[in-house]
Amino acid sequence: MTALAVKGLSKSFGGLRVTANVDLVVQPGERRLIIGPNGAGKTTLFNLITGELTPDAGAVLLFDRDITRTPSRDRPHLGMARTYQIITLFPNDTILRNAVLALLGLSPLRWNPFATLHRQQHLLDEARAALARVGLEHMADRPLAETSYGEKRRVEIAMALAQRPRVLLLDEPFAGLSIDERRDVRMLLAAIPRDVTVVMIEHDMDTALELADRITLLHFGEVVCEGTRAEVVADPRTREVYLGE
Amino acid sequence: MSVRYAALAAAVLALIAVPYVISGQYYVNIASQILLYAVFALGLNILVGYGGLVSLGHAGLSGAASYAAAYLLAHGHGHAVAIAGALAAGLLTSAVFAALSLRASGISFIMITLALGEIIWGLAYRWISITNGDNGISVSTRPAPFGISLASADGFYNATLVLFLFSLAACAIFVNSPFGAALAGTRDQPRRMNALGFHVWMIRFWAFMFSGLLSSVAGILFVYYNQFISPQALALTASAEGLLMVISGGAGTLLGPVVGAALVVIVKNVVSGVRFDVSGQMGFADIVKFILNGLFQHWNFLLGAIFVLIVIFMPEGLVPGTVRLARVAWRRANRRKPSAAVPAPAAEQKP
Repeated sequence: MTALAVKGLSKSFGGLRVTANVDLVVQPGERRLIIGPNGAGKTTLFNLITGELTPDAGAVLLFDRDITRTPSRDRPHLGMARTYQIITLFPNDTILRNAVLALLGLSPLRWNPFATLHRQQHLLDEARAALARVGLEHMADRPLAETSYGEKRRVEIAMALAQRPRVLLLDEPFAGLSIDERRDVRMLLAAIPRDVTVVMIEHDMDTALELADRITLLHFGEVVCEGTRAEVVADPRTREVYLGE
Repeated sequence: MSVRYAALAAAVLALIAVPYVISGQYYVNIASQILLYAVFALGLNILVGYGGLVSLGHAGLSGAASYAAAYLLAHGHGHAVAIAGALAAGLLTSAVFAALSLRASGISFIMITLALGEIIWGLAYRWISITNGDNGISVSTRPAPFGISLASADGFYNATLVLFLFSLAACAIFVNSPFGAALAGTRDQPRRMNALGFHVWMIRFWAFMFSGLLSSVAGILFVYYNQFISPQALALTASAEGLLMVISGGAGTLLGPVVGAALVVIVKNVVSGVRFDVSGQMGFADIVKFILNGLFQHWNFLLGAIFVLIVIFMPEGLVPGTVRLARVAWRRANRRKPSAAVPAPAAEQKP
């Protein structure tokens, strides 16, 4: 059984092929790093996997189940969670409320117009626990707008983890972070248990390298090479893509 | 919190006391109008304030309910049938509106709701065999629920107050519910909500239906209040007026639409009737009176001027704007206190 499989996935915007016949097989528990220069089609690949974009051709399988035609809103219910490269949170709400919304997304309670949300103790407790995992429980009641960029990044990760995903997609979790914040986020990601499969995009190879089991290098929408850390780093094509000839 | 409940109880008692304190049918009727427009604005606010979906077609929803009630009554049906039919017509129209307009959001949503509202207006105006066209439909009697007659101004006011309080409570429960939180989430970050597993379209659809339900209730109150319905009540200006009530009072707040409804109804009815006597000498006071008379006579102009002032000084609306100014004043007053015993950040706490 594979956690996530992508078969012959293609997507064009007009004449521009952003994703070209991409194959990807990720084993359960694996940490996969997807690297590539700007415009390699990394985020597009994520949007195809999560269903925010519809592929022109190819299939996406989650634990051997074909989800290519499954609406993107249903995929979190099947165990797929993601974070965004550009932070996409609810700035007018508190950190706690952000986490509560993540939990509510998978709860049947989300259709209930009669209950009182702030009295749903189990939901609040679970949200605080999710924030505790990223070390933010002490500022749970602070408005999100009053937090730093690094803290917002941790809220993003907390929300994704709160949904107890089986496959977690992280889009550039280190983007825009200071050196200290990078260290914190790296420790956070290293602590994710192995029953969660992690696929991570990173523009900067060095930061995320030590977290990865296997690495896929994308360039102009195509898989250039794939292998273990050592294999990809040693591959001459990696050097070519990153440094030019 | 206890202060808030005390204020709420006082406000409800004041509303109950209106017919006893105010003498004269005219002003009791004005109070009824404020409350029925408040129900309309509360419904619109669910969509505009909490859903981030600005509708310019809501008079079509309340109008459909009004016409259904008037039609059924004119054809000899009882009040119970008329009211049930009006609710059904209002909700059915809402479902059609929602299904067509929720394909879009933002400006496109506004334009689709505007067009749909105009279609309903056009039907009321042109489908003469059903609506009697420009002449409208008269309603001869008001209902008497539980044997209480609503024929008098006081009786009708009490019934309107009950429905208004129900509507306000329903909105309060709705916006604090998990579903209300989901709706606000789709307003702020629809894409994120989708990625978190929410069905954004369906959430907006049911919010539209709740909004349409309140609009229908307002439409039923409207037709019984006036005992008459004509296409004018469904015109674009009626929808726009509702929107102005919501925005001027404070979209996305519970009491904002109520304050906005009071503002519009008072300016429209009461102020326009006020006239100052101007003596021929034309002193300063006379000139002021003369200008005020002109303003009051042309209430549209006065309302416009008030909205401009609100937008400049309280762009968030009267209710949240007043709260903000009061907070600033409170903070300043605390800071000026010479005693150092009260630390400044204490004012940061929200009530």
